[in-house]
Amino acid sequence: MTANIDINVEKAEKNLLDGRRLNLKWIALFVALGLTVPFLFDGYTVFQATMVVIYAIAILGLNLLTGFNGQFSLGHSAFYAIGAYTAAVLVNQLDFPVYVTIPLGGVVCFVAGFLFGLPALRLEGLYLALATFALAVAVPQILKSSHLEGLTGGVQGLDLFRPSVPEFIPLNMDQWWYLIAFGIMLLLFWGAWNLINSRSGRAMMAIRDNPIAARSMGINTSLYKSLTFGVSAFYTGIAGALGAIIVEFVAPDSFTFQLSILLFIGLVVGGTGTIWGAVFGGMFILLVPNFAEQISTGLSYAVFGVILILVIYVMPSGFAGLVNLLLSRLRKLR
Amino acid sequence: MDLFLQQILTGLANGSIYACLALAVVMIYQAIDHFNFAQGEMAMFSTYICWTMISVGVPYWLAFFLTIAISFAGGVAIERLIFKPIHNAPVLSHIIVFIGLLAIFNSMAGAIWDHTIKTFPSPFPDGSFQGLIGMHEVGMFFVTLIMLACIFCFFRYTRIGMAMQAAAANPESAELVGIRVSWMLALGWGLAAAIGAVAGMMIAPIVFLDPNMMLGILLYGFAAAIVGGISNPGGAVAGGFLVGIIENLAGTYLPAIGSELKLTVALVLIVTVLLFKPNGLFGKSIVTRV
Amino acid sequence: MVTGKKLALTLVAAAGLTLTAQLASAEKMYGPGVTDTSIKIGNTMPYSGPAAAYGTIGKASAAYFAKVNAEGGVNGRKIEFISLDDGYSPPKTKEQTRKLVEQEGVLLMYEGLGTPTNSAVHAYLNHKKVPQLFVATGATKWGQPEKFPWTMGWQPSYQTEGKLFARYVKENVKDAKIGILYQNDDYGKDYIHGMREELGDLADKLIIAEESYEVTDPTINSQIIKLKDSGANVFFNVATPKFAAQAIKKVRELEWNPIFLNNSVSNSVGAVYKPAGLENSKDIISLQYYMDPTAPETQQTEAYKKWAAWMKEYNPDGDLLNTFNVFGYLNAQTLVKVLEQCGDELTRENVMKQAANLDFEIDMFLPGVKVQTSPTDFYPIEGMMPVQFNGERPVPIGKVVTLSK
Repeated sequence: MTANIDINVEKAEKNLLDGRRLNLKWIALFVALGLTVPFLFDGYTVFQATMVVIYAIAILGLNLLTGFNGQFSLGHSAFYAIGAYTAAVLVNQLDFPVYVTIPLGGVVCFVAGFLFGLPALRLEGLYLALATFALAVAVPQILKSSHLEGLTGGVQGLDLFRPSVPEFIPLNMDQWWYLIAFGIMLLLFWGAWNLINSRSGRAMMAIRDNPIAARSMGINTSLYKSLTFGVSAFYTGIAGALGAIIVEFVAPDSFTFQLSILLFIGLVVGGTGTIWGAVFGGMFILLVPNFAEQISTGLSYAVFGVILILVIYVMPSGFAGLVNLLLSRLRKLR
Repeated sequence: MDLFLQQILTGLANGSIYACLALAVVMIYQAIDHFNFAQGEMAMFSTYICWTMISVGVPYWLAFFLTIAISFAGGVAIERLIFKPIHNAPVLSHIIVFIGLLAIFNSMAGAIWDHTIKTFPSPFPDGSFQGLIGMHEVGMFFVTLIMLACIFCFFRYTRIGMAMQAAAANPESAELVGIRVSWMLALGWGLAAAIGAVAGMMIAPIVFLDPNMMLGILLYGFAAAIVGGISNPGGAVAGGFLVGIIENLAGTYLPAIGSELKLTVALVLIVTVLLFKPNGLFGKSIVTRV
Repeated sequence: MVTGKKLALTLVAAAGLTLTAQLASAEKMYGPGVTDTSIKIGNTMPYSGPAAAYGTIGKASAAYFAKVNAEGGVNGRKIEFISLDDGYSPPKTKEQTRKLVEQEGVLLMYEGLGTPTNSAVHAYLNHKKVPQLFVATGATKWGQPEKFPWTMGWQPSYQTEGKLFARYVKENVKDAKIGILYQNDDYGKDYIHGMREELGDLADKLIIAEESYEVTDPTINSQIIKLKDSGANVFFNVATPKFAAQAIKKVRELEWNPIFLNNSVSNSVGAVYKPAGLENSKDIISLQYYMDPTAPETQQTEAYKKWAAWMKEYNPDGDLLNTFNVFGYLNAQTLVKVLEQCGDELTRENVMKQAANLDFEIDMFLPGVKVQTSPTDFYPIEGMMPVQFNGERPVPIGKVVTLSK
C-alpha cells in the first residue's frame, strides 16, 4: 500500500527556497488590502470577509498536515467543531471572556489532535482518510448525545454573545471582529511560515516525501507526525472558536462532514504545500456555492460540481500551482 | 436468545447492503488504486434509470440487465471524458473531481426525479422467513455471493482480469508487456459502475429509492472494504457482514451506548481493527521498497 | 350560535380593516423593502444537500405568491419573494439572512426552514427587530412573545403533538407500554419531550423503550427489533417519511402488532403508506391539521380542486402527492393575510401587530382547525384531529383536539 498523496516534490523544493525570501512588497500589499476591507464595504460583506479569513486559517491548518506532512484528513470539521464548542461552552456556561476562548479553543484542539495523531500514526493514505472521516461523522453525534447534553445544549445548540466593542475604538462590531480575525490570521500565517522554514518543518516535509528515508536519517517520524496533527488541529480549532464567535451560535448541524469536505476542497483548490493559497481556498468555499446558487437554485450542487471539475482542469495543482507556473513562465520570458 | 439471533440476522442483512457496495469499491480500487467518492451516487443514479424503465412498463429482468449495460457504458464514458484529460494531475485533484461528480449526480437526481421516496420492486417473493428476516434480504445475500464469485473468477481466471490488476499495480511494466493501460482504467470504471448498479437495485427495495439513499451506505461500504482488505473482494464481503453484525450487537448490548452512538462505536471498532491489522483483516501486507 | 360568533368576529375584523385602511390612506407608512408597488420578503431554505427534500416548501410558497401577484398583488403591491439556499447549515443561514436583511433590505424574514438554522438567526433578528414569521419548524421556542417578540411559529409544535398523542394513549389504551423510535435531533427529541411532559409521573412507567436513529443510518431494522423485544404494545413512530416507511414495513414483517402511532411529519398516503404497502399501513393512528392531498376522499373536495388548479398553473413541476406543497400553500396564505391586514402601514412593528391578531380558516385545513393568534399567543395553529388509516384513506376517529387554549 503506497501513500496516496502524490505531491510534486520538485514544486515543494522550489517552495522551500522561495519561502525563505519573504517577498515584503507582496506581503505589504496584501496586508494593506486586507486592512481596508472593513472600511470599504457594508456589514454583510465584512461578515463574509471574516468568514473567508476564518476558513483560510482552518485550511492552512489542514495544509500543514496534508500539504507539508503528507497525512490525509477528511476529519477537520471535527477539530473545527471542538474549537467552536470550546468557545461556546466556556462563554455560555462558565462566563469566560470571549477573547480568552480563542486561544483556549486552539489549545484544546492541539491536545485532541495530538492524541488522535498517536493511533493514526499506524495508518496511511486511504486508511487514514477513513479514520479521520469517521471522526468527522462521530463528533456531531457525540456532541448531541444525551450524556453531554447539559454541557453542549444537545441538538438545540448554544448561543454565545459578543461583548460590545470597547468604547475607545471607533469601529462597529463587524469591523472590529474582522480586524481581530485578520490579525490572528496574519499571526498564524507568520507562525506557519517560520515552522516550515525551520528544522522541524524540513523534517515534516522529509517525512512526506519519503518516510523510510526520513526515519533512517534519524528523524523521529512518530513524534513529528503526531505533533503535526496537533499543530494542524490547533489552527483549525482557533478557526472554529472564531467561527462560533462570529456566527454567535453553535449546533451539531453546523459541523457535519460536509464542512470537512468543504475544507478539503479549499485546500486543493487553493493549492497544497503553499501558505497563501489558503486565502484563495477560503474565498472559493464561501463564494462559489453562493455563485452556483445564483445560476440555478434547484441544481446549485450540480453547478458547484461542474465548477469544481472545471477548476481542476484549469489548475490541476490548485490556484497557487497556477500562479507559480505563470510566474516561472514570466521569469523565463524576461 | 431470540433477540440475539434476530440482531445477527438483521446484521447480516444490513451487511449484504454494505458488502454489495464494497464490491464496487474494491473493483474501482483494483483499477485506479483509489476510492471513488461518487460511487454511491452513481449507483443511485443507475437505480433511478432502472426505476424509470420499470415504470414505463419494461419487465423487471430486462430493465435489470439494460441498466447494468447502461451503467457500464456510463462508467467507461466518465473515465474517457473526465479523467483521461487530467490523468497527470495529483491524486488530491482527482478526489476533488470525485466530489464534483458526487454533487452533480445527487443534484441531478433530485431535479429529475424529485425527493419523494419511491418504491423499488424486488425480484424475490414477498414476505419473510419465519418473521425473522425478509425474503428480499435472503435473496440479496445470495446475489452478493454470486457477484463475489464472478469477480473472483474474473480476476483469477481471465486474461483481461489479470491484465487489469497488472495495469493498476504497475502501469509502466504493464504497458511494456503490451497491456493497454488506459483502456484498462476505463474497463475498471465500467465494471465498477455495473456492480454499483446491481448494488443499487438490490439495496433500493429495502431502504427505498431517493437521491440521498447512498449517503450513509457509502461510508459503511468504504469501511467494509477497508476492514476486509481493500485488494480482496472476498475480504470486502466478509468485512461488510462483520460491520453489519458488530454495529447491531454494539447497539443492542452496550447499554451506555444504545442506538444513539451506534455509528460511533462501529467506527471506533473499525479503526481499532486497522491499528492491529493495518492492511485489513484479509488483506496482504505490502512491503515498501525504497 | 357558532355562526353568530363567527359573524361577529368577521364584523370586528372588517371594522378593523376599514379602520387601518382609513389610517393608512391618511398616511402611508413603509418599513424597509416596501414601495408603492412591491414588498420584499426574505427566506432561507435547504435547496441543496441532505435536507433538500424540504426545499419543496419554499418552491410552493413562491408559487403561491406568483398567483397573488398575477391577481394584482396585496393591496396593489407585488410580493418580491427572495428565497436563498442555506443547505441546512446554521452558519450559512446566518450569512444568507444577513444578506437579505442588510443588503436586500427585506421587510421581514418568512418561513425559514429548520430548528438549528432558525436558532442561528433567532437572536440576531430579534435584536435587529426584524420579524421572523411562520418558521417552518415545530420546535416550541418560536412562541415566546415576552422574550422574542419578533419571532412566530406556524404549525402545531412537535411538543404539542407529542402531548396530544400522550393524551390519546392515556384515554384509550389500558396498561400501555410505549416504545418510541425517534430521529436523533431536535425534531425527534421535541416529540418525546412533549409526550413525557403530558404523561408526567407516569412517563417512566409507561415509556419502556426509546430507540434513536441517525439520518445517515441505512436502515432502522435493528432498532425495531429491539423495540419489539422490549414488549411494548404501543409503538410511537417519530421518523421522517423514508424511515417511517421502513419502520411500517419492518413492524409487519416481524409480525408485531402494537397500536401504531405515527407522527404527522410522515402522515401521508402517497409518500409513506403507499411505499410501505397499504395493507401494512392499516390501522395506523396519526394526528392531522390539513388535508392529505393523496387521500381519495380529499380529492373530491372543492378545496382540493382549487389547490390542484393552482398547482397546475403556478407549480407545474411540483408533485401532487407531496404534502409539502400543501404546507407551503397554506403557510403562504397566512403571510398574505397578515400583509392584507397591514393595509398601507407596512412597517415591521405593524407586521408583528397584525401577525399577533389573526383568526381565520384556510380551505385545505381540516374542519375546525384555525389560525389564531393574540399578543400573548404566538402559536398560530394548535388544533389537530386524530385519524386512523383504513387501508385506503385516513378516517377521523375523533374531533379536533387542542391543548387547553
